[in-house]
Amino acid sequence: MPTVEYKGKVYEVDEDGFLAGGLEVWEEDWVDYVKTIEGIPEVTDEHWVCIKFLQDYYKKNGIAPPVRTFSKTVGKPLKRIYELFPSGPGKGACKMAGLPKPTGCV
Amino acid sequence: MAKTLEQDELLSTIDYKPPKKGWMETKPSFKPGTYCYAALPKNLEVIDFPAPEWSPTDEDWKLPPNWKEIILEGMKDRLSKYRTFKLFMDICVRCGACADKCHFFIGGGDPKNMPVGRAELLRSIYRRYFTTAGKVLGKLAGARELTEDVLKEWWYYFYQCTECRRCSVFCPYGIDMAEITMMGRELLYLLGRGINWALEPVAKCYKTGNHMGIPPQGYKSIIEFFADEIYDITGIKVEPTFNRKGAEILFIIPSGDVFGDPGTFTLMGYMMTFHHVGLDYTFSTYASEGGNFGLFTSHEMIKRLNAKMYAEAKRLGVKWILGGECGHMWRVCNQYMETMNGPADFLEEPVSPITGTKFENAKASKMVHISEFTADLIRHNKLKIDKSRNDHVIVTYHDSCNPARAMGLFEEPRYIIRNVCNHFYEMPEETIRERTFCCAGGAGLGTDENMEMRMRGGLPRASSVRYVHEKHGVNRLACMCAIDRATLVTMMEYWVPQVAVTGVHELVANSLVFDGEKKRTVGLRGEPLKGYEGAEEG
Repeated sequence: MPTVEYKGKVYEVDEDGFLAGGLEVWEEDWVDYVKTIEGIPEVTDEHWVCIKFLQDYYKKNGIAPPVRTFSKTVGKPLKRIYELFPSGPGKGACKMAGLPKPTGCV
Repeated sequence: MAKTLEQDELLSTIDYKPPKKGWMETKPSFKPGTYCYAALPKNLEVIDFPAPEWSPTDEDWKLPPNWKEIILEGMKDRLSKYRTFKLFMDICVRCGACADKCHFFIGGGDPKNMPVGRAELLRSIYRRYFTTAGKVLGKLAGARELTEDVLKEWWYYFYQCTECRRCSVFCPYGIDMAEITMMGRELLYLLGRGINWALEPVAKCYKTGNHMGIPPQGYKSIIEFFADEIYDITGIKVEPTFNRKGAEILFIIPSGDVFGDPGTFTLMGYMMTFHHVGLDYTFSTYASEGGNFGLFTSHEMIKRLNAKMYAEAKRLGVKWILGGECGHMWRVCNQYMETMNGPADFLEEPVSPITGTKFENAKASKMVHISEFTADLIRHNKLKIDKSRNDHVIVTYHDSCNPARAMGLFEEPRYIIRNVCNHFYEMPEETIRERTFCCAGGAGLGTDENMEMRMRGGLPRASSVRYVHEKHGVNRLACMCAIDRATLVTMMEYWVPQVAVTGVHELVANSLVFDGEKKRTVGLRGEPLKGYEGAEEG
């Protein structure tokens, strides 16, 4: 399995760079790392609201939220989510929050 | 992930000139963007398949010492079990009628993507080990030795076939190319070699009942969220139920519709249509997937994953099963299910409780396709429709491969669309109905790392969409498959960005007039209806 190194720590990731160990190994430094590869200048409170919501939803429901559930619950239009996470809610926000990549007919 | 080529670059690299060397001497090049990631051991283990750690680009695939024996024994076993396999190995006369019918060949030019070429990869081994001519004459009889390079070639090209069966329509012998690909993939899985985009959904489906791996509480909460969305837009309260014993009908949909746009709008469409006619139905959090990626894996997996449909129908005591807008689900349900998982003698022959119509065609499987159900509602005047609510869309219809070619479902979706939309235009005749072009992301290939092949294979479909866009201003591509709703979106963004993708039941629901509804100014995706373009949403 591929690994990435950041601030002296080693993370196992899948081929698309999602955190292989998921929420169990997720930590704040991972957010910092994803910030650098995603080209996000600064992780703000707005990012954290999204990250926390995604993680809570995942813990409760066992799946990432559909995009519109995400947008409606955090009270941000999709356009704003894309501004915050340039790779989008799945490849950007979910990756940062330590959620797995969705599979299937998606 | 490989960077996708620009459109011009992609077009300029389509090359129909075959390589200088003969096909047996030409090895595949695993170029990023043209293949999918390997199936992960953690997923293979879930279904008790061999679970090697490997990558397709490895020089040494680290095969077990007896790998050749495993493959040849596997072929022998299947040749005796499946008469079609033997027939399709023997019967091809290499006439070439299929050669230019595959979307991957049209958009790429690799001769091994001519269906006859792809099948020859397996046939050559069949000849060498299972026919006298091949054993004696070898290469002269089109036979060759089974080597590790042959396996690599199988893996590369059997995952460049979407099992869409367009080529089979043109084959004078009716050879079902999908079955050849299925057999190639099944043999490779004897060594644990497959792709993760197909295998992870298989593993998740085996564990949780659906490809996405949505557990019961998640499944319920997501569907309820979309019921709330319906309320916000229409003022109508739909009340979905789950695992409800005694419901008349069990309704099974592809889980993609629960999760990803624009499938979620289709899901809202189903619920609104059923609410409109007061249908007594239930969702199931166990039979929570219509799709069956087992079809892209092995015959055994089709059966194992599909078993839950009848099991749940029996447990809940429903009369029959209604299925949603899924594609490959219908190859399984229409052609394999009764033999594999039946007989479903505990269910009744399906009769619409709203119109009394008996669905004779579903007598054996006890499963009705939603477009048959809805077309019948319309025919009996059971839906109150305001077509003008779809005047903001100019629609064309993409025949999703399996409902079209594995079911012959051509008229029902068109009948529905014509009845709920004022503006509908067909794509050119040779690209629709049984000759429809694939979305190029079916059979488990709709993943991002495979993007170059998807966009190449998508070129024929996209070209006909572009044609009706330019000629008639088409801005919506309707389809009846969740893989379509995921992959056509990307394909349209790339080739025809002016066109958005929709399920048929989103169009139905947009047109429905309910008693007590609030004034409708937007469609299900929040887009303004005609005449309300300047108005605020909601």
